[in-house]
Amino acid sequence: MSLTKQEYTTLEKKIGRTPNKLELQIVAAEWSEHCSYKSSKKHLRILPREGARVISGKGYDSGVLDVGDGYVVTIHIESHNHPSAVEPYGGAATGVGGVIRDILSMGTRPIAILDGLRFGDIEKDSHARWLFKNAVKGIADYGNCLGIPTVGGEIEFDKCFTNYALVDVAAIGFGRKERLIKNKVDKDDFVILIGGATGRDGIGGSQFASDTLKSENRSAVQIPDPFIEKLVIEAILEARNQNCIKAMKDLGGGGLSCAISETADALSVGIELDVARVHKREPGMSPSEIMVSESQERMLLITDRQKLSVLKKICEKFRVPYSVIGKVKDDKMMQVKVETNTIANLACNIVANAPLLDREVSEPEYIKKMKKVKKPNTPRNLSKILLKMLENPNIASKIWAYGQYDHEVGIRTVIKPGQDASVLRLDNGKFLSVKIDGNSKHCYINPRDGAVGCFEEACRNVVCTGATPIGMVDHLQFGNPEDPEIFWTFRQSLEGLTEFAKYFEIPCVGGKVSFYNETNNGPIKPTPLIGVLGLIEKNSPFVQKVANGDLLFIIGKTKDELGGSEYYEYIHHIVGGVCPVVDLKISKTNMQVVLEIIKEGWANCAHDCSKGGLAIGICEICINYETGCMVTMDKIQQEKLRSDETLFSESHSRYLLAVSPKNVKKVVDLLDARNVLYGIAGKFIGLRIIFKKNAKTVADLRVDKAREKWLNSVGQLVKHG
Amino acid sequence: MKVGVVVFPGSNCDRDMQHVLSDVFKLKTEMLWHEEGIPKNLDAIILPGGFSYGDRLRAGVIAAHSPAISGIKKMAEKGMPILGVCNGFQILVEAGLLPGALLKNTSLSFMCKWTEIIVKNNKTPFTNKLKINQRIPIPIANGEGRYYADKETLRTLKKNKQIVFTYCQEINGSSLNIAGICNKEGNVVGMMPHPERAAEPVINPIDSKPASMIFQSLLKSLGVAQ
Repeated sequence: MSLTKQEYTTLEKKIGRTPNKLELQIVAAEWSEHCSYKSSKKHLRILPREGARVISGKGYDSGVLDVGDGYVVTIHIESHNHPSAVEPYGGAATGVGGVIRDILSMGTRPIAILDGLRFGDIEKDSHARWLFKNAVKGIADYGNCLGIPTVGGEIEFDKCFTNYALVDVAAIGFGRKERLIKNKVDKDDFVILIGGATGRDGIGGSQFASDTLKSENRSAVQIPDPFIEKLVIEAILEARNQNCIKAMKDLGGGGLSCAISETADALSVGIELDVARVHKREPGMSPSEIMVSESQERMLLITDRQKLSVLKKICEKFRVPYSVIGKVKDDKMMQVKVETNTIANLACNIVANAPLLDREVSEPEYIKKMKKVKKPNTPRNLSKILLKMLENPNIASKIWAYGQYDHEVGIRTVIKPGQDASVLRLDNGKFLSVKIDGNSKHCYINPRDGAVGCFEEACRNVVCTGATPIGMVDHLQFGNPEDPEIFWTFRQSLEGLTEFAKYFEIPCVGGKVSFYNETNNGPIKPTPLIGVLGLIEKNSPFVQKVANGDLLFIIGKTKDELGGSEYYEYIHHIVGGVCPVVDLKISKTNMQVVLEIIKEGWANCAHDCSKGGLAIGICEICINYETGCMVTMDKIQQEKLRSDETLFSESHSRYLLAVSPKNVKKVVDLLDARNVLYGIAGKFIGLRIIFKKNAKTVADLRVDKAREKWLNSVGQLVKHG
Repeated sequence: MKVGVVVFPGSNCDRDMQHVLSDVFKLKTEMLWHEEGIPKNLDAIILPGGFSYGDRLRAGVIAAHSPAISGIKKMAEKGMPILGVCNGFQILVEAGLLPGALLKNTSLSFMCKWTEIIVKNNKTPFTNKLKINQRIPIPIANGEGRYYADKETLRTLKKNKQIVFTYCQEINGSSLNIAGICNKEGNVVGMMPHPERAAEPVINPIDSKPASMIFQSLLKSLGVAQ
């Protein structure tokens, strides 16, 4: 809960005296891993951040992308893992609230939420089910009340998350470029705290998140109140419209101490504040409790004398509590007072910039063993296996979860959840496609290629809606970084993501790192999560359908890459093998050609092929569009593979297209011209999904039966506790 | 012609409704903050969906005591077309402008899904361009959307043709599958599904025409269109 000896010495040296208790607490909050990124910051610099659409500014808490016609899209991603593992409802809800405020702090209206959730094995573990149910309810109750649609996300279950939870929330904002908060302040401007009252909840939350989870520390979990957040959103957007906000920051980890020191440091000013003026939920709070409380639904605003009365009126209209807590100074100091007594006085750049660490790396022993894992025997009845795969909670429909989220409010949701990426309409007539993806199973076996695969998967999903990727955010989640083996996996993932981002020229516009994700049974599997934004410049979105008689094109090559696949892990309980590897050049060619086919209007439907491989991808199309499919496996571009391997390999860079006969020649010509590996491997027809090899049936499933299993499996699992 | 959209603290479909009214159906729209009086120059009032007061106590109950409500009641008495959608319906019920109650869905969960409703009364200002038994693809999004009324009230509703919409199938446990009702005079209509989410082709995956007829009906009753 505090500084290391070395950090303490550094602090003493930097400030030239012994810090008092409050100063120590302020610094401890800000220098926690959670707030300071002290382990990762040096390494994160390798990610490409520049791009034609990227707008960067000082003190920005979210990424900003120019989408043309004077409009911008903002995006941010955060996790709330430790709190959600202890108190899933409140943890997940406040996770939504926090990331929404990052979007708001830019002066943009939040227009969508996506969430990535990870829990233990919900089939066997009732505690995992409890965590899952309550995290979903927390997200639903919070997002629904705010009127911000939860439009997509992903959910993964894995034993490594037993007694734990990963709750990642990404939020998207939209607004006019000229209304972005400028973050320019002057001496004597007022510092105002608006929103929920400061209470004793969430005290030490950021340190709690920067340590391994040892006990059920519920007092470190914040209490959600979406209603006050909704009022804060509306009040702030009205204040923005009336130019009342010169600078703004949300209060998150580390509470006031981090918000004040980071704002002052980013804007190169000083801030003097009086904790006695902070509106509080309960009496008797000590100055240090006020400074580090992580009570939710609070924003820090800076305004000038002239606009202060307008701002106050707006707050009063919405009945949003506020307090004028301090003033901007030019001394670059953070001065905390109780009325006239100074109780802490620290240079902001010292508080806001923790000494960065050089963590050691070493390749984990287990990685070497992974490739040596023996292949399983081929099961006799692949139809049965296919049905079982459809029931697999990692593959089955997540409608039980997203059916509880209002995904329509805001009337932007063109492509609803449950498809590849979700698509939102923007006010300039363009469409935004969004997807987040992660895959802890691949990343465990190969942290580098696994991470690249997640990135490509998110891009594939976005491309399948006809959108061009324009930006990405990453959330890198690992165990204890003090362990060189874990730190190695972090560095590997980061390097892979960097290489992919540079090759595709997709700028990283935001991200987060979350370490110390440890359970009773050890660290979680490396879980980088990638969010990709894509833009559709046309005036109409890609409306998908499949007609009887459409042909199935499988783009890309199916390889002997079953390591970390759902087939190995769920059916055979094997952890290991070779995980899918992205070939950058092929990846780009395939992505571009698919995008071109969609833009030309030659595909009726495009679907990404990922978890569960070809067999599941094809089933998903058939279930979605209520059609059968006759697949000739001999026509699939593949390495020498057994039938089960062809069906379930999770090789990347593969896409499934439904093409009507009249467009086949055009598609074939284009694919040939680009030297793309593809196969016309089937026809959408009838009411059964049939896979044939050498004219023999390998698997055969009725669509309605497949649909029933796929659609209801997750709901049935959680229904009875 | 001007339509007022009442905004309560926590309303969150107000801007969606405004977009559809003004951008899609070209009706002059005014947003009315619940603490300000209801202006005299309005021709219709819509109470949009959302979570007024965070659904505290019970959905709609606090907003039903808001200063705007007395003005709305006066307008209702004068026969002005008034529509409450989702939370707006809950508020109208809590304010006593419509009978019955809205309870938690039988699933006990918030439900967001597309469904179909059936027109049962095409004499109201919001249904006069629809046909009896016409189906409307439309989404619901609520936690407390189960319409309930006692037998006596249900009998009266039927007798007076106050049932405006029913779900095409059992969805949340509503009495008689009721999705929307009106007052005895027919000018005040409440419905749980969201017509503003279904009236444009780009966001309606099935068919936006039927839902757009709810707004066309309003245009007709205001004399703006045939």
